[in-house]
Amino acid sequence: MNRSGIVGYGTSVPRMRIKVGEIAKVWGKDGERVSSGLGIIEKSVPALDEDSATLAVEAARVAVEAGKINPQKIGAVFVGSESKPYAVKPTATVVAQAVGASVHMTAADLEFACKAGTAAIQACMGMVASGMIEYGLAIGSDTAQGKPGDALEYSAGGGAAAYVIGKPAESIAVIEDTYSFTTDTPDFWRRQHEEFPEHGGRFTAEPAYFKHVVSATRGLLEKTGMKIGDFDFVVFHQPNGKFPGRAAKILGVPDEKIKQGLITPILGNTYSASSMVGLASVLDVAKAGERILMTSYGSGAGSDSFWFTVTDKIEEEGRRQPESVFEMLKDKVNVDYATYAKHRRKIKSL
Amino acid sequence: MAQLLPSVWRHIPERYSLLGSHCENCGKDYFPQRPICPTCRRKGKIVQKLMPREGKIFSHTLVHAAPAGFELEAPYHLAIVELKNGVHLLSQIVDSDSEAIQINSPVKMVFRKISEDGKQGAIAYGYKFKVVRNAAAASKPGKPVGKQSTSSKK
Ligand SMILES: [Zn+2]
Repeated sequence: MNRSGIVGYGTSVPRMRIKVGEIAKVWGKDGERVSSGLGIIEKSVPALDEDSATLAVEAARVAVEAGKINPQKIGAVFVGSESKPYAVKPTATVVAQAVGASVHMTAADLEFACKAGTAAIQACMGMVASGMIEYGLAIGSDTAQGKPGDALEYSAGGGAAAYVIGKPAESIAVIEDTYSFTTDTPDFWRRQHEEFPEHGGRFTAEPAYFKHVVSATRGLLEKTGMKIGDFDFVVFHQPNGKFPGRAAKILGVPDEKIKQGLITPILGNTYSASSMVGLASVLDVAKAGERILMTSYGSGAGSDSFWFTVTDKIEEEGRRQPESVFEMLKDKVNVDYATYAKHRRKIKSL
Repeated sequence: MAQLLPSVWRHIPERYSLLGSHCENCGKDYFPQRPICPTCRRKGKIVQKLMPREGKIFSHTLVHAAPAGFELEAPYHLAIVELKNGVHLLSQIVDSDSEAIQINSPVKMVFRKISEDGKQGAIAYGYKFKVVRNAAAASKPGKPVGKQSTSSKK
């Protein structure tokens, strides 16, 4: 396979948080139990003036800067999201303009529940490897909504991660290979013009998340002849704080290897950004030569699995994002349910 | 509240990226853009230039009685920001603790939603500023989470 790699990366998260216990209180549930059941302490709350486009722009600006590239050389911008500010009008155009890309490029928004961002990485990989473009910008960004009182409300957060994909020689991590696993599985959806998504409850676990994450990961190992033990870090899509640990157990990954990329417990599920924020957190600390495995999951359903090898370029000045994911998450302000309801426009008149 | 679409569109380079003007004759920067240099007049040579995205707070106020379209955000901080090249502009200050918003506090540009034309209309995006927290720590690379207390949830 003609290779490509990650030239720059960046993440962006809202500053507001709400504790799972604070949401549980409103619905008469035991906060401690809900929190430990989901493995989530708190989730991010996008403010009134934040949406998946603003978060995407913030992450993309960091990625372009850390990549030390001329934004005029970006040939493609793809934004994966399921919470677009416009139903029709691409977020990718806003991002392209804001990062200073030229008009001589292609752009589109992609949709595949929580894995649209990793699908964007794959699209950029192909275009870079074929020589069609020099750099591609792949973004996962969401301001996820859960229906008030629904189980999803405890986990649905907001955030974005952006990746500049380019030639291996310039990359801080080379993409060695990718493998995808896709089926028609109705575990989670949102119909056109509906505000909140619906899901199949327990059905979202075994036949959906676990089947696809495990199959894609095993598929990648089979395709590349690698063993799971060959990887130093493993990142899975993280709809809650518990599923990645269970997937790790099934695949024989020790807990220490998923810890660095497990962000949902203190950020919530950022949907399209979820596994990509996890990967960013790994890149914040990974050393040259280390191998990273990432597997995303999107309801509907499918998983994209990737093998990255970190290069010595990562040690160069300013090639990591200036503030690590864990550092960024320390700058926060916790809000009560009323403030959260206002900012997320959960009050009917808003 | 309803903004004219052509005006929103025309201001995109300015609002997204702080695209201003520079006079090659006297070396002054201007934001928003100017067609002619007020100092040099006919001798001036105006070109486009991106303004720096960092600066400091020159003066600030807290807005309680917000204009139409901004009611939900009130009370909010408004400041005159002095950019690193000396240019002044008016901006909302977001993502910052009230105590941190002081004259001379270092700020940087962020990208936010400015207004929307009702629920059906177009969304206008642009710059706001936030106080730079802990500027020194922000440039340090990350540490593995094994050594952090925030990392694990038993
Ligand atoms: Zn002049």
